[in-house]
Amino acid sequence: MKKKLNKFNKFPFITWLVPVFLLVAWQLLSLWGILSDQILPAPTEVLKAGIALLKTGELIGYIGISAQRAFIGFLIGGIIGFVLGMLNGLSSIAETLFDTSLQMLRNIPHLALIPLVILWFGIEEEAKIFLVALGVLFPIYLNTFHGVKSVDKGLIEAAKVYGLSGFSLFWNVILPAAFPSILVGIRFSLGIMWVTLIVAETISANSGIGYMAMNAREFMRMDIVVLSILLYALLGKISDVFAKVIEKRCLKWHPSYQ
Amino acid sequence: MKSGSSLELQNIRKDFGGFEVLKGIDLTFKKGEFVAIVGKSGCGKSTLLRLAAGLDEPTDGKVLVDGELLNGLNRSSRTMFQDGRLFPWKKILKNVGVGLKGDWKPKAMELLEQVGLADRAYEWPSVLSGGQRQRVALARALVNEPDILLLDEPLGALDALTRIEMQRLIEELWRKRDFTALLVTHDVEEAVTLADRVILIEEGKVVMNKEINLPRPRKKDNILYSSLAGQILNRVMQVEDQVEKKAIHA
Repeated sequence: MKKKLNKFNKFPFITWLVPVFLLVAWQLLSLWGILSDQILPAPTEVLKAGIALLKTGELIGYIGISAQRAFIGFLIGGIIGFVLGMLNGLSSIAETLFDTSLQMLRNIPHLALIPLVILWFGIEEEAKIFLVALGVLFPIYLNTFHGVKSVDKGLIEAAKVYGLSGFSLFWNVILPAAFPSILVGIRFSLGIMWVTLIVAETISANSGIGYMAMNAREFMRMDIVVLSILLYALLGKISDVFAKVIEKRCLKWHPSYQ
Repeated sequence: MKSGSSLELQNIRKDFGGFEVLKGIDLTFKKGEFVAIVGKSGCGKSTLLRLAAGLDEPTDGKVLVDGELLNGLNRSSRTMFQDGRLFPWKKILKNVGVGLKGDWKPKAMELLEQVGLADRAYEWPSVLSGGQRQRVALARALVNEPDILLLDEPLGALDALTRIEMQRLIEELWRKRDFTALLVTHDVEEAVTLADRVILIEEGKVVMNKEINLPRPRKKDNILYSSLAGQILNRVMQVEDQVEKKAIHA
């Protein structure tokens, strides 16, 4: 079974077979007039719109600002989630103090806070970054916490016998042991990061991909709307590939990655 | 003069939630001695080892290392666990060198050579067999040059042939390096093969303390060896001579 999978991996284009097929089908359906321009413009139209926006520099600017929001929000939320997860995982005092509150907060859909966030920050950058950070925080918190909690006690004991304690125990044993779980949190929160950003930018923004889509809707520019959606798909894929690369590099020791 | 450390247990008791696992144990381990502790599972032999390592504290009684009261981890000892407990995210050489300071690589490499795994230094532990993993664990325990080596059923999970190989390796390294060794095992033959003295623990008490005066390396076809091993095994299993005879006649 594994060997068969490896054979497939030698031809990476196979994974792109389905998307390419869908694209071709879409183009043909548009060409034959089965798919109306008002519902879905042809891929070539979308491409043309993209090239036009690229020439004016708008596209790059919007992608840049969206990526920047995503990145900063992810960094802030990720660090807070990681630190809280570590803290609560390592100290039972911190766990009793914070865990219940965090579990309650976690159950509030962070997008439900949009009206509040708009009142707090208006439609400035802080609003989007705040929402992304909040959305990203909980998956990373939960998985870090779980990862630390499930570190093999025997390994910690062995580490102590061999003279590790304090930071060296954390760095050599607890962090690497919890890392697979933390990475699951990171991949999960990368998805949430884009979803949050899309919603936030669509509702309230004056720049970014979501703003571009909403603006295009005002002028009935279906091609640009579709372009924005495809851009999100592409950015989501890129961040997932990025997470996979980290996974491969950092989990070389793990039998499931060998 | 033998090196290593002496270890003394004085009237050791250990309770786990009201259940008394060790009921007053007095034992002395001389410098450089190889002592095996045998007993059925649940008799408290592993608990005894954990107390000697300082991983648990006795409910009552004292642990003395070279005459000094043990407080916290026993820094002059290293423990080799049954499951090896290698760190899967560290290459084999780094596993051996864990906790070492300064220029540790040559030392770790030397130990890996002694256990015959120098050529695997830069591989992950997950690719090793069970026996190889235990050899790495042995190298890791010895690289620190401990005065006392505590072995907690280190060969329990290995197949019979690998186990014999490992026993030879442990004996060889013990003779070369001169440390005090405490081996907890359920395998009586293993105890008689390796130990200067075999201690039997039953329901938390020492019920036998027998010197093994056989020349090393011990051969399993030696009559004295098999009769000693048989005697101890019978004592462990509480087989009375009569019962045994009956069984044979039946």
